Amino acid sequence: MSRVHDMGGRFGDGPVVPEGEDAPVFEKDWHARALAVTLASGALGKWNIDVSRHARERLSPKDYTRFSYYEKWISGLADLLVETGVLTLEDLKGEGGDAPHPLAHKAMTAEAVPGVLAKGGPADRPSNVAPAFVVGQAVRTARPAANRLVNGGHTRLPAYAQGAVGRVLLMHGAHVLPDSNAHGLGEAPEPLYAVVFPATELWADAESPDDEVVLDLWQSYLESA
Amino acid sequence: MRPMPHDDHDHPHALLPPEPALRVKALETILTRKGLIDPAALDELIDTYENRIGPKNGARVVARAWTDPAFKAALLADATPVVADLGYYGRQGEHMVVVENTPVQHNMVVCTLCSCYPWPLLGIPPGWYKSDAYRARAVREPRKVLADFGVSLPEGTSVRVWDSTAEVRYLVLPMRPDGTEGLSEDELAALVTRDSMIGTGLAEVPS
Repeated sequence: MSRVHDMGGRFGDGPVVPEGEDAPVFEKDWHARALAVTLASGALGKWNIDVSRHARERLSPKDYTRFSYYEKWISGLADLLVETGVLTLEDLKGEGGDAPHPLAHKAMTAEAVPGVLAKGGPADRPSNVAPAFVVGQAVRTARPAANRLVNGGHTRLPAYAQGAVGRVLLMHGAHVLPDSNAHGLGEAPEPLYAVVFPATELWADAESPDDEVVLDLWQSYLESA
Repeated sequence: MRPMPHDDHDHPHALLPPEPALRVKALETILTRKGLIDPAALDELIDTYENRIGPKNGARVVARAWTDPAFKAALLADATPVVADLGYYGRQGEHMVVVENTPVQHNMVVCTLCSCYPWPLLGIPPGWYKSDAYRARAVREPRKVLADFGVSLPEGTSVRVWDSTAEVRYLVLPMRPDGTEGLSEDELAALVTRDSMIGTGLAEVPS
């Protein structure tokens, strides 16, 4: 079922505290370092974006809740580096030695940074899964919201939208399926849709009957309604 | 179904120092010593997002859309190639959709599951966008969240919240403020706030 990151609709979090438009991009120096270390480590090629998201989600609920944003990043990164064999537990303890690493040739150089950022990592792929729905069609999301390949695995269907009926608003083409790609089971691209739900379909006490929520949902999350 | 590995509470990260700044420094040091990361590359990444890629990019797109109907039509039809033509393509902006605010519909963007955000157009998200309060509340009570930003919508305006659950990134095209006829594109861009492109604010009215 769900994990602690799946918090859409949750009660009790209190006010949102806006920041000025000219607030620093990084509130603390270590926030900037955490982001940069994470991006640079990604260049080693040992994981994809779905794996790295899932690493943060797999933090224990206790850690996920008490860690600030970039603490989640750096802790998820440390876990991934060990799980993928890049570092050892001894390395994390500071007892691993400084011998050059076999992956050192992949380290991102300063000169490579603009090109890497500009290139990005598009998620659309050719797919032989034909679209099953058309714009305007009524669809129902899966219930429970859960990965169907790996028990407790990564999925992008939030719990608040499980078992809900909406209609297809946009077709995005075929995109990599996170439920598969986060677990080394292949990219498994399939059609992705923006689906619009009336707020009254999702919430017991919607603020207005005219309000709506849109989610991007993969075809395997949906059935015709 | 397959079981999930590495899913207990005893994670490797606990071996690093607990204090966050020290934790980051420790991991950076380990990776640097092994040649896996280059500190100069880290400096370059930070400089890019501190000084070069930020909401001024998105503001230019919005100001152009306000002044050029053909550009706006193309932007709303298929934003990715249109903003790429202006040089705004790349990491976390590979698949762009622009949604237009009107007198009858206000759009607002959130990522309830993590912190997805259109980096090439808006840079790194502000703290509140990544906060539990915003992630939890924006989908269920967007109007109360807007009130936290001092925004109240006129009667007859519905709210459409976009939860960024895939690799598609959404940018809000705010309404052009009244009294801006005759302003140049640069003058208009100065009225376009970051929050107005997320949908938690409105474009500024010229003083």
